[in-house]
Amino acid sequence: MADQAFKIPEYREYPTIPALVPGSMAHSKPYIANEKVQADMGFPGKLVDNWEEKAIAKFGELLGKYRSLKVFMDSCVHCGACTDKCHYFISTGDPKNMPVARQDLMRSVYRRYFTLPGKLFPKLVGARDLTKDVLDEWYSYFWQCSECRRCSVFCPYGIDTAEVTMAARHIMDTVGHSQKYCNEIIVKLNKIGNNLGLPGPALENTLEGLEEDVKEESGVDVKYPLNVKGAEVLLVTPSADFFAEPHIESLIGYGKVFHAAGISWTLSSYASEAGNFGLFNGSYEHMRQVAIRVRDAALELGVKRIVVGECGHAWRVAYAFWNTLTGLGAGAKDPFAIELQNQLDPRYMQPSHICEFTWDLIQQGRLKFDKEANDHRIITFHDSCNVARASRMGNYPGGQFEIPRNVIKAVANNYVEMAPDTICESTFCCGGGGGVLTDDLIELRVKGAFPRMEALQQVVDANGVNYMATICAICKAQFTKVLPYYNFDMRLVGGVHQLVSTAIRLGDEQ
Amino acid sequence: MFFAILFYLAFAIFIAGVAYKIYDYARTPAPLSIPTTPAPITKGGVAFRMFREVLFFESLFKGNLWIWLFGWLFHMALFLVLIRHLRYFTEPVWGWVAFLQPFGMYAGFAMAAGLAGLWGRRFLVERIRYISTPSDHLMLALLLLIALSGLGIKFLMHTDIIAVKVFFLGLMMFDIQPLPSHIGLYVHLLLVALLMIIFPFSKLLHAPGVFFSPTRNQTDNPREVRHLAPWAAQIEKN
Repeated sequence: MADQAFKIPEYREYPTIPALVPGSMAHSKPYIANEKVQADMGFPGKLVDNWEEKAIAKFGELLGKYRSLKVFMDSCVHCGACTDKCHYFISTGDPKNMPVARQDLMRSVYRRYFTLPGKLFPKLVGARDLTKDVLDEWYSYFWQCSECRRCSVFCPYGIDTAEVTMAARHIMDTVGHSQKYCNEIIVKLNKIGNNLGLPGPALENTLEGLEEDVKEESGVDVKYPLNVKGAEVLLVTPSADFFAEPHIESLIGYGKVFHAAGISWTLSSYASEAGNFGLFNGSYEHMRQVAIRVRDAALELGVKRIVVGECGHAWRVAYAFWNTLTGLGAGAKDPFAIELQNQLDPRYMQPSHICEFTWDLIQQGRLKFDKEANDHRIITFHDSCNVARASRMGNYPGGQFEIPRNVIKAVANNYVEMAPDTICESTFCCGGGGGVLTDDLIELRVKGAFPRMEALQQVVDANGVNYMATICAICKAQFTKVLPYYNFDMRLVGGVHQLVSTAIRLGDEQ
Repeated sequence: MFFAILFYLAFAIFIAGVAYKIYDYARTPAPLSIPTTPAPITKGGVAFRMFREVLFFESLFKGNLWIWLFGWLFHMALFLVLIRHLRYFTEPVWGWVAFLQPFGMYAGFAMAAGLAGLWGRRFLVERIRYISTPSDHLMLALLLLIALSGLGIKFLMHTDIIAVKVFFLGLMMFDIQPLPSHIGLYVHLLLVALLMIIFPFSKLLHAPGVFFSPTRNQTDNPREVRHLAPWAAQIEKN
């Protein structure tokens, strides 16, 4: 990787905090969405003439809609606890990548337009007019946040920069200053049903091919069903699972789990995407549009349970938001939601994560494994940020850390943890989350992976780790791309259900 | 007379301002479940999390030990000092206030030390220097001057504290009494009034704000309970 135009951070001998390098990432800007995409999204095609006025109006509207934004704008005391917590700051030294400084890009505007001291004494309280320069800064630095929430763990007021980033992106969307990557994906999903734009027939082909591959490898007829009415389980998984490496290995694993447990299941071509990019842009409406497809598919297929595949932000939306957005869960009162509640099996948590599902079966003794099949692997686990800090698995806090690890340990013998300040609630983002997994931000992505790469290098050197398991489609895609920059084999990363797939006994081997 | 009016005014602005902010936070919906996880799954668990956060600054402790040390020292000392000051507003003085009196006296020093530490960081640590605004410095200056002038009155240049108490008890009864003429006392009271006035317009709102922070005060129950905001419910109807 000698041809890239930027320098890859060097591993630190001691855990030092970098000196500030002001402006070192000011050039980072993703491509702007074109007019056609914007039209499909319902946003202006390009920056509107009265954008300042519109942006401030939208800002005011969001302050009235989101308590998080309002409280977070007021509460920061500039204590500095978050300043060294962001992976983008650690790897770039750009002070505007310190969470507090990123928030202040927006807070300075808040103070100017919405507080008395900011109106009277802007200089004193660091308030600024929303000029084109400020907007450009927003565009650059709010697209350098992966909404991973690591800063929110350490903030004495729980200020979550992700909430601020989402609000800023939403404001930019409404004045026509949008990022291409995310909006294109949302449009594709709304038109076709998944982020990759794979139409139904293509999915069907892929799944048939998969069945043949698995048959060839294991001699067993494992099915990968699509649009099967009356199946017990609807599996909603990131569309990368259908064709990308290493994602597809985990999809193979899910199918084997269903097969071994004898549970009927199906995928849906209409809701063939677990990922929800509406989250990244802070648009409740778009997030709901994406989520409602799952409810519709579940109703149409008449399933009893909904299970979500390995995906980080998707699991956040599924676990934390689906019920609120669409009534998929408990407590909703509209007719569709009530119909769905009557249809779903009340004995199971809705929705369930595939790791919850598999772990549950393991505990019931319904799955058997040849753990030695994974003996060639020395495994570590990368906690995906949104699973770790924005969701849960199981019925107790912290289940999202234990359950994937339990599954790994049930199917493999060699397991090693990375450094404690880089896992569980302190985990580092892969560097590609939150809507920045696009090649026009490759410098940001490579640099953002640095703290994780550093921790990985330690266990590679000390324990010979050769497999980093993770349960997120973005993490898998990001690491596959970025590992070579740090002189690792891109095949070092894989899913948890890839490990399950290797070791599981299908029960009817010939 | 000036101080009487000033304190009525400052107190009114403080109470009305903070009350309005609390009302404003309370009426603004939290349309999604966003606790920073792992989060408690019961209301009791959330109460315990908030208790640890407010009393021990748990997150800050995890984040940065130096800031925690100075910050916690300052806030706990301030708390004791405030309790001690209740003696100037109650007659007879409550027993537990009298008990805490000696601790409160020396807490003044701890308060000043904590503030000095926090301020020092704003000069010495590059990252924190970068994020500090003039108002951050002035706020620390204000609090430190309040602490130092208070300590000055107590330990260096005594004022007629009985008369001060008569003044404040009088204020509370709308019976205005003279305040002793004492420069240290004037400075102390002037700054305290200023602090009360700017409280509802400044970052001091972190005090009520922390109780309304959704990442801390929400129960982790989204699969069982919907968090539908009224404006979001409106979207569903369309």
